[in-house]
Amino acid sequence: MRDKTFVPSRMLIYLVVILFAAAYLAPLVVVVLNSLRSNEEIAQGSMIGWPQHLAWGNYAAAWSGFCVAETCAGIRPYMLNSALVTIPATIFSTLLGAIAGYAVSLWRFRGDNWIYGIVTLGLFLPQQMRLLPWTIVLRDTGLINTLTGLVLIHTIQGLSFTTLFCRNYYVAIPHELIRAARIDGAGFFRIFWRIILPLSAPILIVTVIWQFTHIWNEFLYGVTFTTGQQQPVTAALIALSAAIADIPQHGVQSAAVIIAALPTLLIYLLGGRYFVRGLTAGAVK
Amino acid sequence: MTEIVSTATQAGRPAISGVVGRLPEYLMIWVPLLLSAAHLVSFSLWTIWISFSPSTLVPVTGWVGLRNYNAVLASRNWHIAFDNLLLFGSAFVLLSLITGLVLAILLDQRIRGENVLRTIFLYPLAVSFVVTGTVWSWLLNPGIGIQKLVHDLGWTSFRFDWLIDRDMAIWTIVIAAIWQSSGFAMALFLAGLRSVDADIIKAAQIDGAGPVRIYRRVILPTLWPITITVVVVQLQFAISAFDLVRALTNGGPGIATQLPALVVYDLMFQRGQLGRGAAAAVLMLLILLAVLLPYAAWRYVQRRRATHA
Repeated sequence: MRDKTFVPSRMLIYLVVILFAAAYLAPLVVVVLNSLRSNEEIAQGSMIGWPQHLAWGNYAAAWSGFCVAETCAGIRPYMLNSALVTIPATIFSTLLGAIAGYAVSLWRFRGDNWIYGIVTLGLFLPQQMRLLPWTIVLRDTGLINTLTGLVLIHTIQGLSFTTLFCRNYYVAIPHELIRAARIDGAGFFRIFWRIILPLSAPILIVTVIWQFTHIWNEFLYGVTFTTGQQQPVTAALIALSAAIADIPQHGVQSAAVIIAALPTLLIYLLGGRYFVRGLTAGAVK
Repeated sequence: MTEIVSTATQAGRPAISGVVGRLPEYLMIWVPLLLSAAHLVSFSLWTIWISFSPSTLVPVTGWVGLRNYNAVLASRNWHIAFDNLLLFGSAFVLLSLITGLVLAILLDQRIRGENVLRTIFLYPLAVSFVVTGTVWSWLLNPGIGIQKLVHDLGWTSFRFDWLIDRDMAIWTIVIAAIWQSSGFAMALFLAGLRSVDADIIKAAQIDGAGPVRIYRRVILPTLWPITITVVVVQLQFAISAFDLVRALTNGGPGIATQLPALVVYDLMFQRGQLGRGAAAAVLMLLILLAVLLPYAAWRYVQRRRATHA
């Protein structure tokens, strides 16, 4: 291209892109800065400002000090709850989804298309259609207000996504590979462990990242099926802003928001490529 | 070849003694899939059934026909929620499409730091709606957010109080939703732009077409299928939006930013009107189907065309 008309338009492109980037980053920057300002400092000015004295104490207070409802243990117990729900549910749903995806794509059995079709409907069915039945099932099994109940929900519902992801990945594996292994006498699990699993690293990373992010960030089930000390951190954040509406503690609250968002943000930064692949795979069903 | 296949089938399906040995594999395949499929079907039917029953605080058997539906459809709550959904859904989808497309085209200009920029535009997707809603509720709160900042800087007549303005509050949700998920549109559009056949673009350049013309006539028309996918996914989010609203406005001021998902929750768990709550959930599903069924039909036609071509 000719350089003279080229340069100003390039400048404009960079200018616009940088403005957009600033707008996207602004909320994060504001919260990070606020998490380092004292509550008094924020109360005197606005939420948007540069810290005058770094108030690192906000993080300590957010983590284990201040009160949500009647309990004063910071958000640590709720972070722990979220971890105790998210990690097992991610592992279970990914592992079961991988096996199911392997079965429907490479093993084939009677009715597999039907059952797979129904399972993928779970991608579309709104949570609201399942709220009452889950409430009744959890109540009758004694799992209401337990972390186990949430693990169960997220495992079963996650299967729609994990099965789809893995199935779409496994259909590309040549059937001859499986056929040859079967001739050698290898069974379902042997082929899975020896052939499929070693090929699965990319899709398993995508699936794990997707599941972890979604379960960690989930709110509706958390707030519906658990109360008080059993709530995941998303529900606790809402309870927190309601609890301290009278005496604003925006510094501590900002620190709590950062802590709650940190696990998924870190995963995103470390596995960005796989994160995006999950997004596009989830969209192009 | 057929011989090999038949031996393979024999090896794969041994006689009765093997059935017990293969029990673990049947269990591992069927139990999760059946649980998943069964819960989807039975829970949907269950909710539909409750929506026709006189259930209030607890689910009860009985038949009241469409009474719950009529009650929900006649309520002011649902009216406001539905109008809000129309406004929020169309504004959010349209604006995030435009934002996403502009970002994708800009990133497609072989600029430096593309990876960093892409990371910046996509990070909001990794954050929960609760966090997004909370943070934007601070920024948009006139007492402590952007309006306060501008006042402190000296421009005291500046007003940006949509969060507490009944007529404008729904737009705060549009803003936060665009911030959170326009990166998704960007990612899909960028993938689409990158997959446009380079030869076609070269041919257009040789014909003397400028960059704007090439975009309008050659590149953008290829993005139609992606656009439709983005619209459907974003609409799906808009129809079931709950967390974001709960954290940002909680449906307020008053009930000005009520949305269907909030009405469902309110009826089920705050007013103890299970029958009506279930009816509202079914209405949500119907709205969703109004979007998804045409999409499914369109996908079907596209696939058939692809296989015939």
